Amino acid sequence: MKILLNGEALATDAKTLDELCARLGLAEAKIATAVNGNFVAAIERSATKLAPADEIEIVAPRQGG
Amino acid sequence: MLTLYGKSFASRLLLGTAQYPSPESLKQAVKGSGAEIVTVSLRRESARALTGQGFWALIEELGCRVLPNTAGCRTAKEAIATAHMARELFGTIWVKLEVIANDDTLQPDLFGLVEAAAALSAEGFEVLPYTTEDLSAAERLVAVGCAVLMPWGAPIGSARGLINKDALRTLRAYFPGIPLIIDAGIGKPSHASEAMEMGYDAILLNTAVAKAVDPVKMAEAFAKAIEAGRLAFEAGAIEPRNMASPSTPVAGTPFFKIDHAS
Repeated sequence: MKILLNGEALATDAKTLDELCARLGLAEAKIATAVNGNFVAAIERSATKLAPADEIEIVAPRQGG
Repeated sequence: MLTLYGKSFASRLLLGTAQYPSPESLKQAVKGSGAEIVTVSLRRESARALTGQGFWALIEELGCRVLPNTAGCRTAKEAIATAHMARELFGTIWVKLEVIANDDTLQPDLFGLVEAAAALSAEGFEVLPYTTEDLSAAERLVAVGCAVLMPWGAPIGSARGLINKDALRTLRAYFPGIPLIIDAGIGKPSHASEAMEMGYDAILLNTAVAKAVDPVKMAEAFAKAIEAGRLAFEAGAIEPRNMASPSTPVAGTPFFKIDHAS
């Protein structure tokens, strides 16, 4: 299925958000996630099923003012 | 001591972590500034670059309290979702709440700001809102639970100092018990010192240090200016007057004669 990851189209067969993060090599990374504009806590990722056209955000710490 | 949401700090300078010429320069500038609180953001992570992971290691090394922002958010909904991500990522209930209304001025959307501040405060966040000097917005922010206010001095990155001093003085007078932090628009240490002399509690800045020719030296300059301004406020400045008033005693002046003495 096709999803939008951080604003870019991505084809994936990951079933859950947790699986997607793992496939991207971010399983152990310091990240936070949102699906379709709503925050998804780390402990909820494995229960969060992905659907076609889902808009996923995966963010990490960055410089800020 | 500066007290924000029950936490006390010796330094009254909050420093941003963006735009430094190098990670080492950022580290040295934070050290030179004496800042105990640094602002950070969150951004999309690339699985290839993993930029955020390296940055986080650097921040941990600094040993400062982090204040995550919601920079770039255009709606209350975006800001609320970003605050939730930040809380999990950084392990803090503090959030520098930004809801931006306009790309040119980066001025806060006060309506969205109050909406987001109300929702986040109700959830237990400790909100430090980036606002304007507008008194009615400040009242609303306090009413919905903000125990700190952060009015801008001038637009972000503009280096223009305190544009609306009258309104900033009003805000200070109106909220004697609320910590007020000038956030944005500071260009030079004298701007920061002026705000501190007016009784502001702290200064949050980034660009003025990061983009200086020598960020480390400028960080030290700001630390001294802020300390000097605070001391001056505590000391109580004299009132300006229109006419001269001699500081050296007049009595006993040699060769003194009263004008037109007969």
